[in-house]
Amino acid sequence: MTTIQSPQAADIALEEVPMVRRFEWLSVLGRSCQSTRGMVGLGLTFLVLAVAFLGPLFAPEKPNKVGVVGAFAGPSSNAIFGGDALGRDVLSRVLSGGWQIIVLATLATALGVVVGAIAGVAAAYLGGWLDNLIMRVVDVVLAFPQLVFALLLISVAGNQLWLLVVAVGTSHAPQVARVIRAAALDVTERDYVKAVAITGVSPVRVMLREVLPNLTTPLMVESGLRMSFSIIVMAGLAFLGFGFQPPDANWGYMINENRIGAAINPLAILVPAMLLAIFAIGVNTFADAVTRSALRVDRTVRASITADAGSPALAVVLPAEDQAMPSKETKTL
Amino acid sequence: MLLQRVPLGIVTIWIVTMIVFAATQLLPGNAALAVLGKNATPERLAALEKQMGLDQSPVAQYWHWFSGLLQGDPGRSLVNQQTISSLTGPQVLNSAALVVTAGILGTLIGVAVGLVAAVLRDSPLDHALAATALAILSLPEFVIAIFVTVLFSTNVFHWFPAVSALPPGARPWDHVSMLVLPTIVLVIVIAPYVFRMMRAATVEALESEYGEMAGLKGLTKRQVLLRHALPNAVAPTVQAIGLNLLYLAGGIVVVESVYNYPGVGQALYQAILNKDVPTIQFLVTLLAAFYVIVNIITDVLALMATPRRRLQR
Amino acid sequence: MSVSVGTTDPVHEQGHGGAVETGKGNMRVTVENLTVRIASSKVVIVNDVSIEVAAGEILGIVGESGSGKTTLGLAMIGHTRRGLEISHGAIRLDGRDLTSLPARKMTGLYGSAMTYVPQDPGTALNPARRIGSQLREILTVHGVSKREADERIREILGEVGLDGVRHVLSAYPHQLSGGQQQRVAIAMAFACRPGLIVMDEPTTGLDVTTQRTVLNTVRSLCSKYGVAAIYVSHDVAVVAELADQVAVVYAGKIVERGPAARVFGSPEHPYTRGLLRAVPSAERRTRLRAMPGVRPELGDPSPGCAFAPRCSISESRCHHVSPVLVAVPAGSDGSHSARCLVAPGVGTREAMALDLRVLDAVDDQHEEADSTVVLQVSNLSAHYGTKKVLHDINLSIGKNECLALVGESGSGKTTLSRCLVGLHRGWSGEVRLSDEEITPGVSQRSRDALQRMQYVFQNPYASLNPRRTVGGLLLQPLEHFTKLGRRERNQRVVSTLDAVSLPRTYLAKYPDELSGGERQRVAIARALVVQPQVLVCDEVTSALDVSVQASVIEMLRDLQLDQELSILFITHNLPLVRSIAQHVAVMSDGRIIEQGGTDSVLDNPQAVYTQQLMEHLPSFEDPVRSVGLG
Repeated sequence: MTTIQSPQAADIALEEVPMVRRFEWLSVLGRSCQSTRGMVGLGLTFLVLAVAFLGPLFAPEKPNKVGVVGAFAGPSSNAIFGGDALGRDVLSRVLSGGWQIIVLATLATALGVVVGAIAGVAAAYLGGWLDNLIMRVVDVVLAFPQLVFALLLISVAGNQLWLLVVAVGTSHAPQVARVIRAAALDVTERDYVKAVAITGVSPVRVMLREVLPNLTTPLMVESGLRMSFSIIVMAGLAFLGFGFQPPDANWGYMINENRIGAAINPLAILVPAMLLAIFAIGVNTFADAVTRSALRVDRTVRASITADAGSPALAVVLPAEDQAMPSKETKTL
Repeated sequence: MLLQRVPLGIVTIWIVTMIVFAATQLLPGNAALAVLGKNATPERLAALEKQMGLDQSPVAQYWHWFSGLLQGDPGRSLVNQQTISSLTGPQVLNSAALVVTAGILGTLIGVAVGLVAAVLRDSPLDHALAATALAILSLPEFVIAIFVTVLFSTNVFHWFPAVSALPPGARPWDHVSMLVLPTIVLVIVIAPYVFRMMRAATVEALESEYGEMAGLKGLTKRQVLLRHALPNAVAPTVQAIGLNLLYLAGGIVVVESVYNYPGVGQALYQAILNKDVPTIQFLVTLLAAFYVIVNIITDVLALMATPRRRLQR
Repeated sequence: MSVSVGTTDPVHEQGHGGAVETGKGNMRVTVENLTVRIASSKVVIVNDVSIEVAAGEILGIVGESGSGKTTLGLAMIGHTRRGLEISHGAIRLDGRDLTSLPARKMTGLYGSAMTYVPQDPGTALNPARRIGSQLREILTVHGVSKREADERIREILGEVGLDGVRHVLSAYPHQLSGGQQQRVAIAMAFACRPGLIVMDEPTTGLDVTTQRTVLNTVRSLCSKYGVAAIYVSHDVAVVAELADQVAVVYAGKIVERGPAARVFGSPEHPYTRGLLRAVPSAERRTRLRAMPGVRPELGDPSPGCAFAPRCSISESRCHHVSPVLVAVPAGSDGSHSARCLVAPGVGTREAMALDLRVLDAVDDQHEEADSTVVLQVSNLSAHYGTKKVLHDINLSIGKNECLALVGESGSGKTTLSRCLVGLHRGWSGEVRLSDEEITPGVSQRSRDALQRMQYVFQNPYASLNPRRTVGGLLLQPLEHFTKLGRRERNQRVVSTLDAVSLPRTYLAKYPDELSGGERQRVAIARALVVQPQVLVCDEVTSALDVSVQASVIEMLRDLQLDQELSILFITHNLPLVRSIAQHVAVMSDGRIIEQGGTDSVLDNPQAVYTQQLMEHLPSFEDPVRSVGLG
């Protein structure tokens, strides 16, 4: 499981002995990349990432050039996906319209996870009325559906990209906070944390040295989940016309602006829809693989997942071969 | 439990109204300006501001709005000066028709398929269902809607209209064919959640020691499933259903926009585009209240289905 | 819906219409060459087991964790956990082979002809259904009418001693105590008057007194209804008292079997002997002897005897020849047999120093220990919320002394230890550590006081941070408590590791690479590395196998002698107290009801409660005495 070889020499210098296992989340990540599920997810994700970020370099036409072909023209040799409502080249628009959603979703996820993790750890650690306060704030923010929350902020401050990130990030934070709080509470209750706490080590130090290192796996699992929700919300906002500057291309909005021509050139909506779908499925599949691999090494993950009643990861039940060992007996004594 | 949750829910809704009100107060330009538009002279603006109470302090304005809300009068739309209650009444009804139908169908399908997958766990069918659910769960609602539309309306089969714009004054059930596609989309969105939770909870119960014990008491597989697994799967599934309804509160904004369905979501989207502050305030509060109420109901139901939490030793 | 309605007894379809009165006992269960393996990896868990149980007889299956005993017990009623399969062998219930029966028929047999009593009824009873409906179900599903079922339930509740409990039928499982839940499970198992019952450690986690009544109930029901019973347990003493026949299981195989009195009275297999020598005795103070080594991994492909690597009498042939069960002593009738190439031979008896009765008594040099009091507890009372849980506790521990705090679950012994080390703050009273008074909260204690008293947790699987190496775990307290230079620190770590008999290569290992016993050694080393005066050990061996327990106990004993350590040893296990402690304090309901020298308290208990504890203690020392069936 670890890369460290036990030194064979009878006398070993203690300096050479690793004291803390730092990068367990890396090994979890590595293992999930090795599973079929993880490889499929990662493959799909990278496929779409390549299209979205390298695509603009390969666009045959200027994506905003009107009248390259006829409105909703079918596929032809100079526009293999045909034209859109204004006769723009669908291929070029597809190639240049993917990156915004991905960048915004990633930023929103990062913001949500960071803010949520801080709030969750703080609530678990500080306890008392601060815990109560944080959890009430969480309740209130949760009462806004994510998309509605983002729309509300946009209606206040206009269609600004940073605002979308803040809005979606903020609406993620409560869920992350809940999950991380539960995980932190679970870890804090472990004997190995108490064992250090009763030697008089300061609580801050206990939190940083004993509790936090044990939260990396649940954090990673939660990040994957939040990313897939971010994609859904950001794509939804793009569909409604937010998160980019028209007339620039955007997969979400392409579907909106071209759906009246669905019967004439369905490719104008199907291609961006497929790309969005593949990306979302890829990310979610990989996140699922990470969750499974994390569940195998870390009981904390289970505690954190059950704190999030809405998490689809709760539905992950390990396959039979993992349970085949008669573990009951080892628990016996 | 109930005694604790209800006041807490009321407080939450109250805080939500304050946040919504505060947020909309930050809107650049004020409501009077929005109503008058370009032909606003300072005099007319001042007059209208006085009429709308905009010259009062924010606290007074909030109180005015909030007390109106409590009396069932959320004010007037800035767009056409009609009362919001008269506008939103039919919209709420339309959305409710959609959500309730889809909710019931999605739950039934999710529960049934979840049970089948749990019984046949680790079979090829189970793996296929799990992969399908995972895929659907990751898709944005409008992507599902586009696929459904292309399939059933515009390109492959031309069975149902691609647009569900009910004529004004019409009841949703007068135009059932218009309801079909949005309902299908919402069912597809809901069912995988219920499915996953149902499967997980049932598998957990079947593989629990009491599940094993039930088999060793001589119960058939079906009896174990119905008498032992189901009672324990109710609580988590109820919570999943509740969460779905909440998720729908956001999802309908997109789905109703796709189909131009005249419901709450579509109305909210239009209000935001029009900067129709009173309507935004009211609809967001409505959705948040819906969230809080559904949350309380599902929590109480789940509690009732869990004797261990309900009864003391 | 395969249950044949109208017959209560699918096995004896011709008769026993009134099964309610007569029962369907008097079955004979024969297992031939039973092999259970993991379906996917083909790793064998139960290996070629053949055994027989007669009606009215109790077969005890004894083994340590990982031996496959639970899997074997379940397989004897034709059941395997998910992912396992019976790959070979036959199970005959009155001549009928269960392994060849279709699932429908098996469903009909479960609950009526053969039943199962789980280890933990807390998880085996459905949390969402009332006791009454779960009890009634096992009868109605086998065709007993509702009225008849209610009548039978009333009867069986009386037999298991639950008739006095109010509302037991309308209660949910979580509303009953552990002992009550276990009686419900037993009532369920006997409700249909089965021919065969498999019980999986049904008294684990129960108090001695409750255990005694449960065992008595099981015994009387088995003999009353002529049930063939299989009792799976790790507890040698319980099996010795209850079982007629015994099978000792190691690494999936039966290594020794025979009448309980013979197997425990004159064990022949070196594993059985090792097991018995590791079990502490309540009657006299003995040094415990641990078996060296660890059990083989599941699916270990090495040929020969699985026990050979740990065996003190193994010869070279043991490592490549797989022994079979042979009658012992050689040439006898075969009622007692052992799977060993060496032991049954002549001349090995002396080499093994096998007479269990002549175990060396522990040197009682502690008796001369100096009388300086190291830890003095005066009038300590503790609360949880408004509830008072400890009442005026007074005790003291002298230098170099081991004081055992013994009591059953809920007696407050763990709460007391938690108060002392600062895990529970709600107490008042006076606690002096040497000359310093210590406060409830850790933060107000001096660093010196914190260093002088160290705590070892019950469960070594939970008490070591999985993200730290052994080296990191041992350095952490040193860095916190001392200002030693790097060289001295490292020396201290290494010498402490030596003291707990772990090789230095372990410094780089993570807890999940260690066995339970090794983990507990690390946990003890972490406490010792700062050289405390007092070590508080909370049930430190209760999560360990008995052979591992022996090595940890002996290690503590040596540490106490060598390092002038005072130990507060919290346990529910009276024989352990006898072995390790010089003084004992008996706790019940938050009070110390008796204390004094270990031998005087245990030999001549004054309090009624202590007398009962001693009396209800199962013991394997003289199995013949208590086997009351013959």
